[in-house]
Amino acid sequence: MTDAGATEIPIGSGDDVVRVRQAVREAAGAAKLSLVDQTKIVTAASELARNTLIYGGGGHARVERVDSGLGRAGIRILFADEGPGIPDLDLALTDGWTSGNGLGLGLSGARRLVDEFSLDSAPGAGTRITVVKWGR
Amino acid sequence: METKQDAAAQGAIAELLRRRRDDVLGRWVAIIAATVQGRITERELRAETAELFELAVRVAEEGPRGAAADELRGALGDLSRSRARQGFSPTEIAVSVFALKQALYENMEGGDTDEQAAYRQFIEFSAVMDDLGLHTFETYAAAREQVIADQAESLLELSTPVVKLWEGIVAVPLIGTLDSARTQVVMETLLQTLVDTGSEYAVIDITGVAAVDTEVAQHLLKTVVAARLMGAECVISGIRPQIAHTIVTLGIEFGDIVTKATLADALGYALEHRGVVLGEKRER
Repeated sequence: MTDAGATEIPIGSGDDVVRVRQAVREAAGAAKLSLVDQTKIVTAASELARNTLIYGGGGHARVERVDSGLGRAGIRILFADEGPGIPDLDLALTDGWTSGNGLGLGLSGARRLVDEFSLDSAPGAGTRITVVKWGR
Repeated sequence: METKQDAAAQGAIAELLRRRRDDVLGRWVAIIAATVQGRITERELRAETAELFELAVRVAEEGPRGAAADELRGALGDLSRSRARQGFSPTEIAVSVFALKQALYENMEGGDTDEQAAYRQFIEFSAVMDDLGLHTFETYAAAREQVIADQAESLLELSTPVVKLWEGIVAVPLIGTLDSARTQVVMETLLQTLVDTGSEYAVIDITGVAAVDTEVAQHLLKTVVAARLMGAECVISGIRPQIAHTIVTLGIEFGDIVTKATLADALGYALEHRGVVLGEKRER
């Protein structure tokens, strides 16, 4: 909850997605992100947390404040699950493609909403997604 | 169940407390003072503790079911409440009670028989266990507080009224989170209200929705389609700049659904389409 420390939130239910969103909103506010950027990172976190829950079978999120070293503050969020993993990353990142029944924009849209996006996944090895949003 | 032996032991403790009153009380106050660290004045603490001490002595005489015990419980209840308001943790409050054991133990006279050595060890062990018990209590209290805070948060996200804006125009102001369960409620209430009021226009206002992600968007789209099937037109209003920005970046398409920046704009749109003309009242 503090500026320096990281907040770890388990994701096991829909309520936890709300909790992740609240934690990200709090951290983004503390990092002095603009309202638009706050809304973007909160929305991206919401998408990824829901993916962790629905497709990853639950996992956890880790929200932390980062510093660019050039005086820019930002927040980094890691989403990790031990689920089935993503067999085809390119396909998963295609707009409109979904293995469930959503709009198919969550993962690809979340990537566009953040400044840095890294996805590490393999079939059977779970999924780890790290996103960073910098203040301006 | 009190045996004669227990009663005799109680009498001995009470007698010891009376005889060494000043030493035990002084030590008790000192232990509490060390935990509360200046947040209560020494004098206040001494007066408070002296009162508790007298009651504790009477409890030692009468046993845990006497009138003094009730009085002591009452006094401790008041103390706990006032300390809680001052921001003390449960442990810091509970220590005020447990510390009397420590204070008394330190003032016990006794020889060095095996029995007394064993007894001392037991007291020390008991203190360790008390600390562990307090730790579980503290953790539990913290967890409960978190649950309460979370519930307060989610309660804010729950209410979904459908209000009538004009003859034939209803509005749903959405606030907080729009999950599947809640969308279901919103959709049902909205569709029912459309039937009940014979309305042709429904305004869904999302000013109070913190973030519109793909799930929320999908729920909104479904609600609009359902209303259309019933012959009503939906207008989505309350799209703030940051939400518009986010929706575009996410790549969500609202298609031919009418959207407006504010609820007023949406009402104006619906009135115009119903052929309602509003005029300013002219003086004279």
